[in-house]
Amino acid sequence: MTETEGRVYNVAGQDWDEVVAAADQAGDRPGEERLVVNMGPQHPSTHGVLRLILTLDGETVTELRPVIGYLHTGIEKNMEFRTWTQGVTFCTRMDYLSPIFNETAFCLATERLLGIEAEVPPRANVLRVLMMELNRISSHMTAIGTFGMELGATTVFLYGMREREKVLDLFELISGLRMNHAYIRPGGVSQDLPPGALERLREFLGVMPGLLGELRALLDANLIFAGRTKNVAYLDLAGCLALGVTGPVLRATGLPWDLRKSQPCCGYETYEFAVPVTDTCDAYGRYRLRMDEMDESLKIIEQCVDRLAAKRPAHDPVMINDPKIGWPAQLAVGSDGLGNSPAHIAKIMGQSMEALIHHFKLVTEGFRVPPGQVYASVESPRGELGCHAVSDGGTQPYRVHFRDPSFTNLQAAAAMSEGGLIADVIAAIASIDPVMGGVDR
Amino acid sequence: MTGENLPEQGSQPAAAGQERLAEPVARTGMFGTHTTGDTSGYGGLRVRRAAVPASPRPYGSYFDDLADQLAGGLKQPGAGFDDAIEKVVVDRGELTLHVRAEHLVTVAKVLRDEPSLAFQLCLGTSGVHYPWETGRELHAVYPLLSITHNRRVRLEVSVPDADPRIPSLTGVYPTCDWHERETWDFFGIIFDGHPALTRIEMPDDWKGHPQRKDYPLGGIPVEYRGAHVPPPDERRSYS
Amino acid sequence: MGLEEKLPSGILLTTVEKLAGYARKSSVWPATFGLACCAIELMSTGGPRHDLARFGMERASNTPRQADLMIVAGRVSQKMAPVLRQIYDQMGDPKWVISMGVCASSGGMFNNYAIVQGVDHIVPVDIYLPGCPPRPEMLIDAIVKLHDKIQNTKLGANRQAEITELEQASLRRLPLASGIGRPEPGSPE
Repeated sequence: MTETEGRVYNVAGQDWDEVVAAADQAGDRPGEERLVVNMGPQHPSTHGVLRLILTLDGETVTELRPVIGYLHTGIEKNMEFRTWTQGVTFCTRMDYLSPIFNETAFCLATERLLGIEAEVPPRANVLRVLMMELNRISSHMTAIGTFGMELGATTVFLYGMREREKVLDLFELISGLRMNHAYIRPGGVSQDLPPGALERLREFLGVMPGLLGELRALLDANLIFAGRTKNVAYLDLAGCLALGVTGPVLRATGLPWDLRKSQPCCGYETYEFAVPVTDTCDAYGRYRLRMDEMDESLKIIEQCVDRLAAKRPAHDPVMINDPKIGWPAQLAVGSDGLGNSPAHIAKIMGQSMEALIHHFKLVTEGFRVPPGQVYASVESPRGELGCHAVSDGGTQPYRVHFRDPSFTNLQAAAAMSEGGLIADVIAAIASIDPVMGGVDR
Repeated sequence: MTGENLPEQGSQPAAAGQERLAEPVARTGMFGTHTTGDTSGYGGLRVRRAAVPASPRPYGSYFDDLADQLAGGLKQPGAGFDDAIEKVVVDRGELTLHVRAEHLVTVAKVLRDEPSLAFQLCLGTSGVHYPWETGRELHAVYPLLSITHNRRVRLEVSVPDADPRIPSLTGVYPTCDWHERETWDFFGIIFDGHPALTRIEMPDDWKGHPQRKDYPLGGIPVEYRGAHVPPPDERRSYS
Repeated sequence: MGLEEKLPSGILLTTVEKLAGYARKSSVWPATFGLACCAIELMSTGGPRHDLARFGMERASNTPRQADLMIVAGRVSQKMAPVLRQIYDQMGDPKWVISMGVCASSGGMFNNYAIVQGVDHIVPVDIYLPGCPPRPEMLIDAIVKLHDKIQNTKLGANRQAEITELEQASLRRLPLASGIGRPEPGSPE
């Protein structure tokens, strides 16, 4: 493999002297002093385990090379050895700030392969949209919180974490876990809303606009914040499209491209919401955009709550009716925690042999998915999250590849930061909001 | 009378059946006996790999228009539609164009530049390894998205293990830079013309390409109170 | 480590131990090695609701030189392992390690080529904290247990005596069950 030009440096750690010596001798700028600085994988402001190798000319960054792979987990290969339902628990840990979106992309791909897209129950779709929008709020809160923290404003971080705790409480109530829920499964969702959830959701909807207002009051007109983020990390529309960037970074260039409107899934077309857009192409525009997106998410959540509170038809499941695919156990909280509901146990042990067999086969072996390949995508808080799933007819995926938005958006870091100051590199990376779990998978 | 209950020559189900029988066997029945003694017949079960037959026209939805527009754009002699595109597959509402590796860049340029096609966004590269397809083991899949027309299409290129070279699309879609590096890292597909084809996820001195099917998952057995659970790729499987 | 290590065993040493333990546990500065999902729960633990500042730990020192506690929060990949060891080596004594989450403790659900199956392959761990991810309350429980451990750490001559006693105990210990991993009879584990 000698197609690359120039020397290839294998940076594996403990080798910084070699790299610096080689950089000194590099042929393209002989005699000029190059300052190569490593913002290593362990760094408070690189938004995770991202390594940035900066070549500096004074305070100006002339080259920026991101090195990733420090969180590579082999999730895609691991999913080839687990059933389709177990795959949800793996893929949810990729982009760990938006686990629901990972699950939804994978489940949409599985459902399209199974051909059951139209049979997912409507209540399950409403619950999916509800959880996705809640996740959008919690992810943007973390994004803005860490954005402030990395610029040095720790108060913003505390505001963000405080808001995020409210969303995590709701997640815990509905799905049982604060993070990495495995709530969305092929065919529907794992369990229905517990009693009291609707009241808690309405409480949340009442409180959040005020809290968002507090955050806006702190940052929107803040001179220091504006000085650090306005006209910083500029990437216009042509640059975004060439680099394949989607999500808030693309919408900050003025293009209102949102998969929830253009290729909606899970019933998004039936909700009323706007797609916020700014046109300054800089870090400040992306911040304003994320705040506006949270407002729109609150609108969608309110519509979801109204639908969930409406009068329910007699048979309103949250998992598909097909006994060969739908996850069998109706989960319920018992004396020892969340597990199979006693009614379900009574049914499979006492009443229905078929139900017992289906339960056994689905849990041990999983369902078979007809062979083929699909690409399903959702609009995650960071951009287009796509799942390319290949099935060979078996109970385990043949190949799953996730097109993670952070992976693609992070390529734009060099284009945004070269020519600027080091401090702007931090603002640029924070405004892209990469999650290294998704970048490295 | 023989011959009366057979389907017509050239009918779609018959053709699909023939293609299916030509595929290799993926798994067999498990009981062990293959001839006498197994009265259930389960021992004689042969499940074959799925064939991917080309879809006949009309493809449905916007796919026919897309194929015609692409054919219109591919006007160079020697690089027309039939030279460049091996197979068109329409499955589950998605269009896959199997492109020959040497024409990949041309096809991508036409898809990007033709105003009626306008596929501005390339959504990355995904590699797949089919070890039994001798001569076409490594596939690279490129999903494309047209923002102007709100359409999607997928390009798939197949290359053999012996010579796994695909022309790089970084000249057409710069976003493929890291995606192609990742596909090289995990599958060993060499992208000709890539500016810096090095490992991106694995450590730089790693040997092997982990997501190929001949690379083990690499887990360790887990001991728990005296029992040993083997890693996921070494466990017994009944399906 | 210092003057306190050279004191002769006796009432003076025990008083110094108590004092040093109290001082050390009251302001442990974490070198947060936040890697993946557990890092987010770690950040939440520093947030307003589950407040780490009440333990004196809100000042996460990003430079390992000033850090006392390395909380390995998240899955450690093969590429990250040398970095982890380098950060651990850069920390000054006394230092402690909490491996937060199942991925750090044992590799977690990722039993594959890319993840180190437990950071105890790389650094010595004081407290293992299971969970995927562990709740902030669980992390605080682990920190409180670590504080207990720090408070009761012996110094100097007493420490030597403790080490000898622990070694004798491990030599006498019977294995839990038959299988691989059982130490050879007569060798320290």
